[in-house]
Amino acid sequence: MLKRSFRFHNTGANTVDKKEIDHFQNFLEEWWNEFGSMKALHSMNKLRVPFIRDGLVNSGRIRDKIKTPTALEGVSLLDVGCGGGILSEPLARLGCNVTGLDANPNAIELAKHHSEKQGLKINYAASSVEEHASQYFETYDAVVASEVLEHVTQKNEFVDACIKCLKPNGSIFITTISKTNLAYFLGILVSENVLRLLPRGTHQFEKLIEPSRLQRILEDYDCRTELIHGMCYNFLTNTWHWCPDTSINYALHAVKIKSED
Amino acid sequence: MKSQKFPIAAVRACAYSDSVSKTHYDIIISGGGMIGSSLACTLGKNTRLSNKRILLLEAGKEKSYSFTGKYSNRVVSLNPATHKLLNDINAWSHIKNSRFAAVKRLQVWDAISDACITFGDENAIEDISYIVENDLLLDAVSKELKNVNNVEVIYNTRAKEYSLPLHNEDKVQITLENGSSITCSLLLGCDGFNSHVRKAMQTQYVTWNYNQMGIVATMELSEEIQNVIAWQRFLPTGPIAFLPLNSKQSSLVWSTVPDEAKKLLQISEAEFVDAINGAMYQTYQHSNIIDTATKIFDNFVRFFNWPVDMSRRYPPKISRIEEGSRAAFPLGFGHAASYISKGVALVGDAAHRIHPLAGQGVNLGFGDIICLNEVLGNAVSCGSVINDLSYLKEYETQRQRYNVPTMLGVDGLYRLYNNDFAPVVLLRSLGLQATHAINPVKDKVIDWAS
Repeated sequence: MLKRSFRFHNTGANTVDKKEIDHFQNFLEEWWNEFGSMKALHSMNKLRVPFIRDGLVNSGRIRDKIKTPTALEGVSLLDVGCGGGILSEPLARLGCNVTGLDANPNAIELAKHHSEKQGLKINYAASSVEEHASQYFETYDAVVASEVLEHVTQKNEFVDACIKCLKPNGSIFITTISKTNLAYFLGILVSENVLRLLPRGTHQFEKLIEPSRLQRILEDYDCRTELIHGMCYNFLTNTWHWCPDTSINYALHAVKIKSED
Repeated sequence: MKSQKFPIAAVRACAYSDSVSKTHYDIIISGGGMIGSSLACTLGKNTRLSNKRILLLEAGKEKSYSFTGKYSNRVVSLNPATHKLLNDINAWSHIKNSRFAAVKRLQVWDAISDACITFGDENAIEDISYIVENDLLLDAVSKELKNVNNVEVIYNTRAKEYSLPLHNEDKVQITLENGSSITCSLLLGCDGFNSHVRKAMQTQYVTWNYNQMGIVATMELSEEIQNVIAWQRFLPTGPIAFLPLNSKQSSLVWSTVPDEAKKLLQISEAEFVDAINGAMYQTYQHSNIIDTATKIFDNFVRFFNWPVDMSRRYPPKISRIEEGSRAAFPLGFGHAASYISKGVALVGDAAHRIHPLAGQGVNLGFGDIICLNEVLGNAVSCGSVINDLSYLKEYETQRQRYNVPTMLGVDGLYRLYNNDFAPVVLLRSLGLQATHAINPVKDKVIDWAS
């Protein structure tokens, strides 16, 4: 399935990196352990779910429901690189119609299994976003690519495919790691080798991207960046905080501009 | 690509389905006292939790409160934060339509020195606290609870056994005394200081009994006054306090050693009244050194033009007590090492119990409610499950950071004043004077207690 080529791109390939998929397979079972090796992704929900929720409120997509348990009711959302569904599930619980994509079929199987047990209806598919974009052109109110971009080699193609899935005026939410020396030191060296927050080899410096470059790519595909927030992680308390400094982790919200013609 | 089977730890036959099964609730609150009922009402009114099914389980029967002229002998002093919560859930309107007393001023003084501290001003707009009868408070909250759609209340039902989950995603199972069983995602233990929920959690519980009993009674004042001052005097045997009820009545809370308590319960009501008046007015032998020291300190304070103890008052005289209103209860300290565990949290006295000398016990419980309501609301609006352990942990951390210092402070006060060793008396007297004189310190005390 992964090898299936894709007409959409000149290269004929998708942006999924084969090595990355094998890597994730090694700790699938750990995925849903809130205090296990994925704890930082679990605790990041306390930041990124409100980021997406409030971003959609601010862009005018949802109204009046912010104080209800299903603030995102009726919003169609694509979670690219959903993995085991750590982010898809809370969004679905808020009333979103979530489609979760991951190139790793095992992750998708795990995600499906877990969401069924939770009584959630999430449409999971083992597919690349490029493949998905060919069928679901301008389908979604929101696209989320959280902690994915740093695993993608072909950034332009990836962003292009994400944005193709997005309705005009739709929102794209990205969280990723910046390409700075500090990010290399703390985000890769320290967190993978010293603190062992992540397995070795999770991130590679070459694949990181700084916010300004990402912003420029988004502009190329007619997206206006609304907001960039720095995020910092306290590994002692396993909590994330917003911070002005975007030199390690950051979150970005951009809106697809309605084409004028 | 072939779909590949991989081990998943928690494959279970029963599908996890919220609010499908009739005997499953999202939240079960065990214990329908003041804290349990208020918690049920607060969570039920939280719009973010409006799709949650909540059950309040009470072992006793539904209390029917009938408004009579007689005051109940059990009252609580509610701080402004608690008042705000009750206002928010609209329970205060029922209390307001019935009766309560606002305390504008608080006077605390030492029986074996001249040290005295006062908070607030009787002509001020702000109230320090509100004195409300326990029964009335419970009735007001229960009334309001009837307007909440997603909360069910079951009376006369005792839980026989709580079986708590080993895994995050399992349910809490509660076996009732009638043999049936119900399940929930989150169990909230509001079942008092003898909490069975806490016992099921098997958390460490630090506890000790004070060598004191609390005696309560409803008292009639000898004359009608503008009754807005709460009085507390530290006797060598324990503190005695008058809490205002109306212009002619006050409520007594007198903590004393068991022997004296026993005697006070046995003597005639007329003798009891004399004992109360004696306790408030009787002069104890002062040590000369302490008197001199406090005088020098007083002069020192005056020299710097700091606020001095000019406005010291004398408490009202008692003429009689309401017949049969005299009662006693044991006093103790208790604190659970953890307030939470998988699928369960403790609230109020189930988690912590303190000496009534600062009137903070019930307010700590209401503080728990405010915090838990906020945390659970946040969990839901971030799309988390209601029993998400990391959110429960937030509740525990926030509350312990507040409760533990408060409890240690109150316990420390108890120890400080349950002592007539001259150097200790000297230090506490100067400390009280200093607190009174230095406004920022005093403001801190007020802030903390409200």
